[in-house]
Amino acid sequence: MTTSNPLSLTRTIPLREKIIEKVIYALLAACSLVAVGVTIGIVFSLVFEAYEFFKLIPLTDFLFGLEWSPQTAIRDDQVGAQGSFGAIPLITGTLLISTIAMIVATPLGLTSAVYLAEYAGPRTRAVIKPMLEILAGIPTVVYGFFAALVIAPFIRMAGTSAGLEVASESALAAGLAMGIMIVPLISSLSDDVINAVPQALRDASYGLGATQSETIRKVVLPSALSGIAGSLLLAASTAIGETMIVVMAAGLSANLTANPLEAVTTITVQIVSLLTGDQEFDSAKTLSAFALGILLFCITLVLNIAAQKIVKHYREQYD
Amino acid sequence: MTETFTRKTPELARRHAGEKRFQWLGKAAITIAIGFLLVMVGTISWMGVGAFKQTQIALDVYLDPQEIDTAAPNKADYGAMVKKAQRSKFSDVKKHNDKRKLYKLLSSQAAFTLQHQVADNPELIGQTAKIWFIASDDVDMFIKGNTNVDDSGNAGKLDKKQLQWIAALKSTGDIRTRFNSSFFLSGDSREPELAGILSAFTGTVLTLAVCFALSFPVGILAAIYLEEFTPKNRWSDLIEVNINNLAAVPSIVFGLLGLSVFLNTFGLPRSSPLVGGMVLGLMTLPTIIIASRAALRAVPPSIRQAALGIGATQIQTVFHHVAPLAMPGMLTGAIIGMARALGETAPLLMIGMVAFIVDVPGSVLQPATALPVQIFLWADSPERAFLEKTSAAIIVLIVFLIFMNLIAIILRHKYRQRF
Repeated sequence: MTTSNPLSLTRTIPLREKIIEKVIYALLAACSLVAVGVTIGIVFSLVFEAYEFFKLIPLTDFLFGLEWSPQTAIRDDQVGAQGSFGAIPLITGTLLISTIAMIVATPLGLTSAVYLAEYAGPRTRAVIKPMLEILAGIPTVVYGFFAALVIAPFIRMAGTSAGLEVASESALAAGLAMGIMIVPLISSLSDDVINAVPQALRDASYGLGATQSETIRKVVLPSALSGIAGSLLLAASTAIGETMIVVMAAGLSANLTANPLEAVTTITVQIVSLLTGDQEFDSAKTLSAFALGILLFCITLVLNIAAQKIVKHYREQYD
Repeated sequence: MTETFTRKTPELARRHAGEKRFQWLGKAAITIAIGFLLVMVGTISWMGVGAFKQTQIALDVYLDPQEIDTAAPNKADYGAMVKKAQRSKFSDVKKHNDKRKLYKLLSSQAAFTLQHQVADNPELIGQTAKIWFIASDDVDMFIKGNTNVDDSGNAGKLDKKQLQWIAALKSTGDIRTRFNSSFFLSGDSREPELAGILSAFTGTVLTLAVCFALSFPVGILAAIYLEEFTPKNRWSDLIEVNINNLAAVPSIVFGLLGLSVFLNTFGLPRSSPLVGGMVLGLMTLPTIIIASRAALRAVPPSIRQAALGIGATQIQTVFHHVAPLAMPGMLTGAIIGMARALGETAPLLMIGMVAFIVDVPGSVLQPATALPVQIFLWADSPERAFLEKTSAAIIVLIVFLIFMNLIAIILRHKYRQRF
């Protein structure tokens, strides 16, 4: 059989075409490597600058120090010329605000997800879901502005009239705004998770005479628990990495406290305040921002990986 | 027998009440979340809508031909002419201090306004012309009712005398509010009454253009590779996990990457839309890849089999048949990713796009700022008038966002295919 046979079903691909295909294939592979490259770039750039920082300040001082005041010295011999770079007050501040946010967002997000998934008709869903998505789409700088301008003075006024001492940049104000911001995240992820629970489980529960709410509380939610936990972890990671709300509504001075009415600062606020304005890449002050960056990256990475593992495992369970 | 099923026991009533409570809780949660949205957007709109109007004051200015050289009209001292016109309007003002207070009713821009008027209409020279000038921010706030007269007779920074002059201007109809075109047509300014969003808006458009040019091609090509060509193995799993994690990295970390790599290592210009767009592009990349993969997955295998069956190579199959069908879905994903990038502020702060920018950036290499950053900067300013500007800039940002999302929704509906 010859290839010149017009009835042949095999087509010989010309060499030129073959080369072009190889080039395109290589280009495609290169593009997919960009995503990996970005991760590597992030890790390397953070590690590189943070390494310079840890040459000046020991790692243990950074991780376990209780005081954060990264001022630069005017004279070399002045008291506290080095500044102190203990990250503990920043971590507790971040956790305080994120915890407030989660306390606000978890009940709101979960109950709205349950309502949307189990009770709402298709028409209600078609209206409510996009509204919640708008809430997620509003830039965080807007939440920050609203928190600083409306929520914080309101809390201060309410607190003062109740005889409490409230800082003007209280952790509560930032936490509340952040909580509302992550409601749609929790509700849409949990909505998916609840929808993935097999109908047979619900039917079995109804068959035993349970009401709808009993079915949800005793059957659907326990079966969806791990998926919901995953969505809460993702929401927490978003809250910890959120920047603009805390930059605009939380304080600047590091404060080791668990009182939500006091002003605290967070990792992200410090990164912003260290890197806006003059930068000197040989001073501990500027470099410490990258050490904080690594800290933030690691915390959110652990939460994300855990969340994805949990959700993946959950999905396989019901496939 | 049927009796047992329909009997209403107190126990059943209690359970049904619990059912009602549970539903009520869900409704309450949704109401709180959406109520917050409405209150927030409502408050900001209410505060910002005033910035779309501008207070103006009319003065009869005598354009002295001895002062203005018709050959070079730009050289004349227009500031003095405006001040003279103010003095002649309120001829009873004699004291030096009072005069200064009087001048403060107008914006510092007044001399330029006059200069432009004369340059545009040279025939006015030698006449007394009635010209509308932009009022200062304090007057503007008072006229709009944002500052009220307090017990001592002052309103904001305006004192009794200034308020009397304003009242006099009002009675002769020489003070008016008009649509504030300069808010859209000028850059940032230290004077709130002159500050506009044009430079920030241009910066945002340039940044997003760079962001799109980088993330869209790379994103869809990566998605095509991962979805159509890679076999399922450990390597592809690793890329998959990597992309999912990258999508959840805090945006500020991308800013640190930009600062360390693009600025410090590559030496690209600080504060430029080029660097801003690259940082946002890397941030948007995972979103586009994830959306594009979903779009490719929605194309049925029969399309691929048909193309391969008539002798197309794998690359031809993908580029001639699969990718075009998935394109609307990929574009929708890209627009949603861009909408997220539009509101992003933190990474831009890291690479220095927080500068005070008056001029409209002409290229992606010039210093620029972006709309959300401008909001952040104005929100920090103490003047009452900047509060209004901040809210107005937020309105513009949200309208821009809605517009982008509308495009995505229309695209999705127009090209929705059911295979």
